[in-house]
Amino acid sequence: MALSREQMAQRVAQELRDGFYVNLGIGIPTLVANYVPEGMDVMLQSENGLLGMGAFPTEETLDADMINAGKQTVTAVAGASIFSSAESFAMIRGGHVDLTVLGAFEVDVNGNIASWMIPNKLVKGMGGAMDLVAGADNIIVTMTHASKSGESKLLSNCSLPLTGKGCIKKVLTDLAWLEIENGCFVLKERAPGVSIEEIKEKTAGELIVPDHVPEMTFA
Amino acid sequence: MAGFDKVVVSYEEAMSGLEDGMTIIAGGFGLCGIPENLIAEIKRRQTKGLTVVSNNCGVDGFGLGILLEDKQIKKMIASYVGENALFEQQLLNGELEVDLTPQGTLAEKMRAGGAGIPAFYTATGVGTPVAEGKETRSFHDREYLLEESITGDFAIVKGWKADRFGNVIYRHTAQNFNPLAATAGKITVVEVEEIVEVGELEPSQIHTPGIYVDRVIQGSFEKRIEKVTVRS
Repeated sequence: MALSREQMAQRVAQELRDGFYVNLGIGIPTLVANYVPEGMDVMLQSENGLLGMGAFPTEETLDADMINAGKQTVTAVAGASIFSSAESFAMIRGGHVDLTVLGAFEVDVNGNIASWMIPNKLVKGMGGAMDLVAGADNIIVTMTHASKSGESKLLSNCSLPLTGKGCIKKVLTDLAWLEIENGCFVLKERAPGVSIEEIKEKTAGELIVPDHVPEMTFA
Repeated sequence: MAGFDKVVVSYEEAMSGLEDGMTIIAGGFGLCGIPENLIAEIKRRQTKGLTVVSNNCGVDGFGLGILLEDKQIKKMIASYVGENALFEQQLLNGELEVDLTPQGTLAEKMRAGGAGIPAFYTATGVGTPVAEGKETRSFHDREYLLEESITGDFAIVKGWKADRFGNVIYRHTAQNFNPLAATAGKITVVEVEEIVEVGELEPSQIHTPGIYVDRVIQGSFEKRIEKVTVRS
């Protein structure tokens, strides 16, 4: 069975480490915050200028001056800091964020990512995505393996305009955990009950399948 | 006005000197920390042909979105503009020009502009449509883009408190692009919730030193929230 959005978030959360500063994009990446393992301290960075993003506020603590990069009202945890957007992107561009998780339309075997622009459709903008992918060393892309019409999103060459070039090494889809090595996707794990055949069929870019591909496990 | 006293008492005075075709740099992220009354004054003045530099362009009926109603904006330089229907319509009609700029690059363009740095190299945007027509150079085996900084005829800024000398502090994440915008205007106008006497703000806690600020005005703010999100 393909992973649910919550299971994808859970799998990404297994990559968190104690003391990590993490930037989570909009959508599935945001859900990762719900699965930080017990006893582990992780600090969330929001690129508008907040390090130490907390839970959503209550009606009573709602504050127009406290928002995240998705423009949702949030709180700050104890030990948080707030700064300008230039400072925020200095952290991002300077490689100080330990893990970045974001969505995409397409990823290719060269680590290119397309996530912001579909030609002939209205382009809303890249926001901070280009800075995030250019600045981070440790990035996980979360997306469905194929489009609703069944077309692979794991390609030899991205067909859409890029968000970043050669910057992606890890991809979690609803079917598999893949890493990009030497111009190929390497199948590291598969979703429980998903066959290697199905993953092969839905991966357009070159795929290396090791002898043993374990199923993902969830606590 | 005398000496370092930057306080003005009317919004008309605050935006005095604004002319058609000028470039305005605006602070704010979404609707958070936007100079909402200064924007309303620009609408009242009906200044046209403006280039506006801001992370976003407000929403329909609020923030910078109200400047679209009478087609006052000619060109928008922003990182994300998805929140208003009028923007979309004017963009598709060719009535509005848009330069989409990565958020961190936009912040740095303002910062550099205010700091007298004409351009800077960044890896952001290499290999993407953002790189088209831009000079690239390799440092330590990585390719970087040369991005030019931005300055404006006016910067419009929303602060929390300011003293009469124009020293400003921001509240929570309403800081965002505001201190960067403040440095990059030929005329920088700051509207705040409260003007305090000189000496009341702790010098080491000032976000924007008064040297960057030309005019300060106290206003009252709606502070509309774009996405109210509460825990259940």
